Amino acid sequence: MRVCFFVTCLADQFFAEAAADAVRLLRALGVGVSFPRAQTCCGQPAFNAGHWDEARKMAAHTQDVFEGCEYVVLPSGSCTTMLRAYSPRLFEGDRPRYEAALDLAGRSYELAEFLVKVVNAKDLGRGLEGVRLAYHHGCHVSRELGVKEEPVRLLEATGAEVVPWEADQECCGFGGVFSVKNAPVSLAMADRKLDTLPEVDYLTSADGACLMHMAGRARTRGLDVNVRHIASLLWEARNG
Amino acid sequence: MAKGYKAAAKRALAEQPQVRESVTRATLHFDANRARAYAEVEAEAWRDWAAATKRHTLSRLDRYLIQAEARLLASGAEVHWAEDADDAQQILRELIDRYGVQRVVKGKSMLSEELEVNGLLERLGVEFFETDLGEYIIQLAGEPPSHIVGPAIHKNLEEIRALFHEKLGTPPDASPGALAAAARKVLREAFLTADMGISGANFVVAETGTVVLVENEGNIRLSTSAPRVHVVLAGIEKLLPRVCDLEIFLQLLARAATGQKIGTFVSLLNGPRRPDEPDGPEHLHVVFVDNGRSSVLADREMYEALSCIRCGACLNTCPVYRQTGGHAYGQVYSGPIGIVLTPGLRDPRLAEDLGYACSLCTACADVCPVKIPLPKQILTWRVRSAKRAPAAERMAFAGYAQLMTRPRFYRISGKLLRIAASLTGAPWLPVLGAWAAGHGALEPSPKSFREIWEEDLGNA
Repeated sequence: MRVCFFVTCLADQFFAEAAADAVRLLRALGVGVSFPRAQTCCGQPAFNAGHWDEARKMAAHTQDVFEGCEYVVLPSGSCTTMLRAYSPRLFEGDRPRYEAALDLAGRSYELAEFLVKVVNAKDLGRGLEGVRLAYHHGCHVSRELGVKEEPVRLLEATGAEVVPWEADQECCGFGGVFSVKNAPVSLAMADRKLDTLPEVDYLTSADGACLMHMAGRARTRGLDVNVRHIASLLWEARNG
Repeated sequence: MAKGYKAAAKRALAEQPQVRESVTRATLHFDANRARAYAEVEAEAWRDWAAATKRHTLSRLDRYLIQAEARLLASGAEVHWAEDADDAQQILRELIDRYGVQRVVKGKSMLSEELEVNGLLERLGVEFFETDLGEYIIQLAGEPPSHIVGPAIHKNLEEIRALFHEKLGTPPDASPGALAAAARKVLREAFLTADMGISGANFVVAETGTVVLVENEGNIRLSTSAPRVHVVLAGIEKLLPRVCDLEIFLQLLARAATGQKIGTFVSLLNGPRRPDEPDGPEHLHVVFVDNGRSSVLADREMYEALSCIRCGACLNTCPVYRQTGGHAYGQVYSGPIGIVLTPGLRDPRLAEDLGYACSLCTACADVCPVKIPLPKQILTWRVRSAKRAPAAERMAFAGYAQLMTRPRFYRISGKLLRIAASLTGAPWLPVLGAWAAGHGALEPSPKSFREIWEEDLGNA
């Protein structure tokens, strides 16, 4: 089995090691990974800000880059949702591009989802025995794509305890441009997450942007919160 | 003072932290009740059916309105048509003159907020009482409602105690029961002496001309039965085709709003009092109000929002609404449905600000009992507003698209960005600088993934 890895722009620049762990994990499970070099950004920031002409250019570029890949795997729930649920809407008046968008949508997976649904990985290794985790469900991957159980199941299979968290499915307040346009509200939303966060070793998620948002807020408040991307935790469980 | 949601939200968070606390507590409670009440029934099927019924009704709204009017007239009610708020005020003014009205009792009605009925009554020197307890509280406080269903949820017990102490003379430490009793004493007197009751319809059934009113306190029942004149305000979108449609809609409304199986009081009005009836108004007037609804109906991407049954579920589940409450939106309707409806009802330009009172988390889409595609519509407003966005924003996105469609340029820029950010935290960069203000300095990866791939992973 071969996949094309779509690192996504944010992961490329801000959590590159976690993305590399995703590749290491895929390979350890026997999945061949290639990295199409021309890839950039899926276009979601422009899409969500309503700048659809710009989003269309990036989405079209992404279609071209990943043309012919059997699977496209992303270490980001939100960017996966862009490919799967949102990108087709950009091309409603453009039949070839619309069909290309649907085609790409059908081949794209968030990492944990891919491991469960396609690789059928049940046991990655018990390297996280006794580790307490809180899992943040990214809004788009959990609600738009319905990927809720897969990451939790994988984490639990490592021996880690995924601790119940009353706000685990609530929005962290990141929301792309929202976090800049309405910063005080965005930060208050992060506070709700942080104020309900149970005592854990790590706060984790399939969405690095959400983790950056919550970790940044925790830091400015002087809270001691350790965040780690799910890819790094799963790789550690396998390799550790 | 700066206007709009952005400024008001910032102010509310800084100056009234108790609002966030009260609103969060109340909405979490409502939302949990809603989730439990949905789980007890086949909510998904009910919601699909209700959505389809509302879309059907909207697609034949002209026909159902004419049918409803004919049935209402046949039942002895008078029917009025108001194109906008001025029209509706004119109709009310004439009715107040015609019947020599001096005292009005009002049931909770968001449409009456839209039409600024209270302002009209004040100008006419008519004494009026909001009779829903929450509405009564905010009438005493001189505030508009902050939530479709719970108009006073932004207030905590201490604030209400102080307010009642000042206005009604209750002890400063009165119990909630004692506060309600004090309000009841005033309102009972009002019900018995009022000349006119005003309510807002939850539904109007076209096949029978039945006005349906749902409540929990009995105040609407009193408003429709004690005064000799009753006026129902009804948005033209309130229609349901058949009486049997109520079976699901009454249950779904209550479950979505508060998690109840059904509202404690459901009143079905069929015309004014008949000779053999002991109570009810001598005169029943139904005012159908457009006030921007026709233009929403004509908007292919927005018309579904007219399916709204005003349950407030989208407000209760909205993490943005929870931080600020409804007043920050500065409009009659707040929360997700307010963002979608307000620009359509009033002015598309309002979307420039309101469109960003949302993180696009899509929680509202999962709870709406009539499946209004709220996140999709909010994004559509953003798309429409983007064309009028400030030049700096448009240029930034144009440049960003240029960057992201040129892989080599992206690669070099990424490197520069990471170097700059790791040296300075990049407070001078647009967007990223603003981000850093709330989150501390940016912490880019020492090496990009691309570099790790080239040096290590790519050789595997």
